[in-house]
Amino acid sequence: MKTIYRIAILIAIIAITITSAFAYKHLTIKQTITLNGAGATFPFPLIDKWAAEYHKIKPNIQINYQGIGSGGGIQQHIEKTIHFAASDAPLTEAQAEKAPNTLHIPITIGGVVLIYNLPGISKGIRFTGEILADIYLGKITRWNDEKLTAINPGISLPDKPIIVVHRSDGSGTTFIWTSYLSDVSLEWKETVGRGTSVNWPTGLGGKGNDGVTALVQQTPYSIGYVEFTYAKKNNLTYGYVQNAAGEFIEPSIESFAKAAEYAAVTLPKGDESWSKVSIVDSLANNTQAYGAYPIVSFSYIFVYKELNVLPNMDKATAKALVDFLWWAVHDGQNYAVDLYYVPLPSSVVTHNEETIHLITFNGQQIRR
Amino acid sequence: MKSLQKNPFIFSNLNNIKSISRLKNYFKGDDIFKLVNALFASSIFLLLGLMVYELIKGSWLSIQTFGLNFIVGTKWDPAVSKVFGALPLILGTLVTSTIALLIGIPISLGVGLALSEYLPKKIGFIVSFFVELLAAVPSVIYGLWGIFVLIPFLRHHVYPYLQIVFGFIPLFSGTIYGGGVLTGGIVLAIMIIPTVSAVMRDLFSIVPISQREAIIALGATKWETTKIVISYARSGVIGAVILGLGRAVGETMAITMVIGNKFQIWPSSLFDAWYTMAAIIANELLEATYDLYISALINIGLILLFVTLIINILARLIVWRTLKLTRGIARE
Repeated sequence: MKTIYRIAILIAIIAITITSAFAYKHLTIKQTITLNGAGATFPFPLIDKWAAEYHKIKPNIQINYQGIGSGGGIQQHIEKTIHFAASDAPLTEAQAEKAPNTLHIPITIGGVVLIYNLPGISKGIRFTGEILADIYLGKITRWNDEKLTAINPGISLPDKPIIVVHRSDGSGTTFIWTSYLSDVSLEWKETVGRGTSVNWPTGLGGKGNDGVTALVQQTPYSIGYVEFTYAKKNNLTYGYVQNAAGEFIEPSIESFAKAAEYAAVTLPKGDESWSKVSIVDSLANNTQAYGAYPIVSFSYIFVYKELNVLPNMDKATAKALVDFLWWAVHDGQNYAVDLYYVPLPSSVVTHNEETIHLITFNGQQIRR
Repeated sequence: MKSLQKNPFIFSNLNNIKSISRLKNYFKGDDIFKLVNALFASSIFLLLGLMVYELIKGSWLSIQTFGLNFIVGTKWDPAVSKVFGALPLILGTLVTSTIALLIGIPISLGVGLALSEYLPKKIGFIVSFFVELLAAVPSVIYGLWGIFVLIPFLRHHVYPYLQIVFGFIPLFSGTIYGGGVLTGGIVLAIMIIPTVSAVMRDLFSIVPISQREAIIALGATKWETTKIVISYARSGVIGAVILGLGRAVGETMAITMVIGNKFQIWPSSLFDAWYTMAAIIANELLEATYDLYISALINIGLILLFVTLIINILARLIVWRTLKLTRGIARE
C-alpha cells in the first residue's frame, strides 16, 4: 500500500507541475513582450534603471539590455538580432551603409574628466587643451612645467615627473578623449588620432574606468581620465579644463548640459547621417560657448526607422519599443541625476520627439 | 569475439538458451554505446578544427594585408595609419612567461618534493588540498588581488630596495610604477605553481620503491636519495615546466590587470610596463570598430593558439614518455 500511495503522490506532483508550467507559459506568451538591447557599457546603469522602473509601470514589458560594448552592440544592430543598440559614438559612414535607415536618438550625456593624484593638492588644477595634448604626447613631463605653473598661480606644483595613465581597453571614453585632443592639437591629430583605442605615445594602460582609477589612486603624481559618473561616485580629485571661450570650467551636470545645448542647435534630423556629430568638435571652435565643459558627448540608442526589417517583429512589439523610447527621453530623464548622468536639455528632447515620430511598422507611423 | 571472452557474465551463461536474446541485446547496447562514445571523442577534433578554421577565416583580411609583416611588425596603430604588428606582443608574452617560470619552477619543485618525499602523509594531504585550491581561484581574482594588494606592497616594500641593491644593472633602473613586467611575472608564477607542483608530486611519487631502497641500502642520505629521485623524473620535470609555460602564455585577465598595457618593443627595465597577446585581445576586441582592426586581433588569437598548442603538445609528449618509462620499470 505504501508504494501505491507514493506513486499516487508522485503522479499528482508531476501533474500539477506540468499543468502549472503550461499555464504559466500560456499566460506569459500571451502577454509579456521582451525588448532586447545591447551595446555600450557607459549608459548601462541608466538603461538598467529604466528597465526596472518601466517594468513597474508596464508589468508586461520586459527590457533586457546587455552592456557588451558599443562595437558589439553596433554589430548586433547590423545583424538585426536586437531591438535597439546603444553606443557612445554615432554610426560611421561605413557602419551606416551596413545598417541603412538607422535612427539616432541621444539618450543621455557623458563627460570625460581628468583625475590626478598630487599629495596635498585638492581639485581644481587648471588645464588647457594644448597642455593636455602635450602631457599625453610626452612633451610636458613634469608637474612644475612653466606652462602649467603659469595658469595655476597660487598652487605650488611639485617638481616631479608626470605619470600618464590611459585606458588600455577600447572604449567610448577613449574615443571622446582622443577626439578632444585631436581638436586641440594638430600634432595629436596627425600622429595619434582619434579612436576607441589608439597608439599611445606614452603612459600606462589601466583596464576600464576602475583600472585607471586604481592606478591613479595608487600612484602619486599620476594623471588619468575617466567618465564623470565614475569620478563622482568614487569622490575622485578632478581638474578644470579651458573651453574655446577661454574659461576654465569645472565638470558638472550643469556645464555638460550647457555643452549639449550649444551642440543641439546644429543636430541633423534623426534619419540623416550623424557620423559627423560630436559635441567636442562643435565646441572646439565655438568661442561663444560660455559655461560649457569641452569634453562631452551624447550617448545614443539606435533603432531602425522601419521596424519590419527585424525578424519576428509584430505590431505590439513595435509599439512597446516606441512607447519605451518615448518614456525614456521624457520621464526616464528624471532618473539621470541620481545616477550622475546628465539629463537631456529640452531642445534635444524636442528633437528626439521628431525622430521617434519617424518610426514606422509596415509603413504605418506608430506614434502620432 | 574478443569482447565476449573478456566478459565473464556472458561467458558463464552461454549454455542457457534464454541468455541468447540477452546476448543480442548486449551487443546492440554495446555497439550503440561505442558509437556514442566515438562521436563524443571525435567532437573534440571537430571542435579544434572548427576553431582553427574560424580563426583563419577571421584573420584572413589581416593575413592578406600584412602577411608575415604582421609577425615582425612593431607598430600597433588602430587610429591613424591602421598598421598592425604583433612582435612586441609576442616578445612580451614570452618574456613575462619566462619570468614566471624562473620564479615559479623552483617553488613548485620544492612543493612537489615536500609532498612526495618529506611531509607525513596526513599533512601532505592537507597541503595538496590547498595547492589544488589555488588552482581553482579565478584569474580575475588574482588580477584584483594584484592591483589592490600585491602592487602597493611591491612598490613600497620590495622594488625600492631591489633598486638600491641592484640599481647599477639596467634591468633594475628606471621609474617604479608598481605594475609592470616583473609584477606580471610574479602573478603568473603564483598562478602556475598549483598546476606544476601537482604534476611534479605525481612524477616523484611514481619513482619505484625498489630504486629508493637500493639507494638507501647503499648508504645514501635523504638529500642524496632526493637527488636521484629528481634525476629519475628529469624529463617529466621538463614536461611539467613546459606545461606551466603553456598556462602562463595563455593567461589573460590577471596579466592585463597588472602589466601596465604599454605597447613597446622592449621595456626599459623590469619595472616598466609591457603588453601580451592575450591581454590586447581582451582589451580591444569589444570596441574594435572596423574590419581590418577586428581581423588583426583575431590574427593575434591565431598566433596565440599555435604558440600554446605547440607548447602543450611538447609538454604532454615529454610527460607521457616519462610516465610510461618509469611505470614500465616499476612493473619489472
